[in-house]
Amino acid sequence: MSSPVTSAKRDTRSEASLKAALQARKAKRRARLTPYWLIAAAIGVIVVGTGYPTVWQLVTSTQKYGLAQQFGTAAEFIGFQNYVDLLTDAEFWQVVARSLVFCFVVAAVTLALGLAFALLMNAVGKAARLTLQISMLLAWAMPIVASMTVWTWLFDTRRGVVNYLLDKIPGVDMYRFDWFASSWTFFLMAGIIVTWMSVPFVAFSIFAGLTQVSEEVLEASALDGASDGQRLRLIILPMIKPVIAIVMLLQVIWDLRVFAQIKILQDAGANGSQYDLLGTYIYKVGTGAQDFGSAAAASVIVLALTIAISWWYVRKLMKEDV
Amino acid sequence: MKRKPRVGLSVLAIVISLIWIFPVYWMLNSAFLPTVTLESFTPTFLPLGGSWNNFSSAMSDGTFFSALSMSVAITLIVVFFCILFAFLAALAISRFRFRGRKSFVLAVLLIQMLPAEALFLAQYKMMSSLGLLNSIVGVSIIYTAAVVPFTIWMLRGFVAGVPADLEEAAMVDGLSRFQAFMRITFPLLAPGLVASGVYAFLQAWNEFTVALILLPAEQSQTLPLWLRGFVQASATRATDWGQVMAASTLVAVPVIVFFLIVQGRMTAGLVSGAVKG
Repeated sequence: MSSPVTSAKRDTRSEASLKAALQARKAKRRARLTPYWLIAAAIGVIVVGTGYPTVWQLVTSTQKYGLAQQFGTAAEFIGFQNYVDLLTDAEFWQVVARSLVFCFVVAAVTLALGLAFALLMNAVGKAARLTLQISMLLAWAMPIVASMTVWTWLFDTRRGVVNYLLDKIPGVDMYRFDWFASSWTFFLMAGIIVTWMSVPFVAFSIFAGLTQVSEEVLEASALDGASDGQRLRLIILPMIKPVIAIVMLLQVIWDLRVFAQIKILQDAGANGSQYDLLGTYIYKVGTGAQDFGSAAAASVIVLALTIAISWWYVRKLMKEDV
Repeated sequence: MKRKPRVGLSVLAIVISLIWIFPVYWMLNSAFLPTVTLESFTPTFLPLGGSWNNFSSAMSDGTFFSALSMSVAITLIVVFFCILFAFLAALAISRFRFRGRKSFVLAVLLIQMLPAEALFLAQYKMMSSLGLLNSIVGVSIIYTAAVVPFTIWMLRGFVAGVPADLEEAAMVDGLSRFQAFMRITFPLLAPGLVASGVYAFLQAWNEFTVALILLPAEQSQTLPLWLRGFVQASATRATDWGQVMAASTLVAVPVIVFFLIVQGRMTAGLVSGAVKG
């Protein structure tokens, strides 16, 4: 956008016009600096709160931390040794694989349910839609720690409602079933909880996208004899593809870094490394063992994974005029 | 799509609603039931004969009110600065063309993807060397830095949605650039500001991970940490689920109320911010 200042005439003979030209130039420079002043505060807080820690993380990941560093000795530079140690550690690979599987399965289920619920909201009458929306909103609004606490109670071994209801199904014996006893049921439980929390956001976003699909196009296609399935596949889905893409990306990124949920479930009764995902793994290495070097290296690997997963999206944005 | 609503689908929608709302209902139900009832192996599905006793014993836990004031203070600070900083930045990127603009927008996008879980150790070291552990200031800085990128992204959609022509027309009519902005664009941005404020509120109020690291002392806990501590203290005896559920309700209710009031605007904001190219 051009600045509203008009360029002054180059008339050096008159003192007045020279002054005007100088002032105009000053105003122009100020106008040019305005956007930088506007973004300064945001940049400042981001540099302090996120930028510096990121750099620290990168630097620390090349240092060796041990017992001596807890007593103030400066950490020694060891190059990529922390990364080498991690990447040759079978346990770390297990955590990475577990995190990726958890992330993709949960994100896929969440997306499928969210899409289905959004289509459902669009297809039913007003009363049913409102009911569905209100219940989704309530689930969405619950603070993570509160929902985790409720879910721990629901999955309680002796008096939990989940076991009680499942046990009622003929032929199913869930009496005093301990969900925390094996990592398989632990992550099934965690997956159910995370899905429950995340579906509302997906459903509402896709529903908002659906309401933008033009009525005329749909009616025209109906007149042309398109079936419901054809309209969904050929008109609705392609039109809401951008929304689906962004929610999918966000969901994958969020599910890769579930920390609070897993940590609270672990607190409720699951100890041991077989219950760890990347977030809790880093937490344990960093705070428990005080091995900041390895923890930082693991963090950088998480960062790299996140960037790798979202790369196509970032590239697409770079090509677009943002 | 104005077709006849189908009964089967409506029934399905109601069933899904019931499943999704059940945990929230169960929290309230258990919060009102006395411990004796909850200890039975057969669940009680209605809070008949319930009382507020669980709530009063949860609140009489010594640290509830200090946690509440901590949470309120941090949330207010974060909401204020997030809106202010994000608003200015959104203005810059959607109303000005300047060198470095594109890199700034990309940086904003990328920073959103930084996992807090990859940064908390560094944030802990930084705040402890600055002497800002257990302080409102330290946590507020981290929260603001974490929330600002997304609020910029959201607000950018809103600012871009108000045509600059409107402002220019007002400037032709003799208003200064600043006046034109304040009188024409600003009022149209109100929904966007509300949406980003709510987003910041929810993030700051609910945040757990960073708080866990930066606020280790009991007297500086926020509500989520208080709830976790309450559960753990209760679990050393046999967990008193009635009290724990009352405590969860106390943490959740302000959020739920606030969320329901502004949700329409917020979903619109989330989507338009994220999707508008």
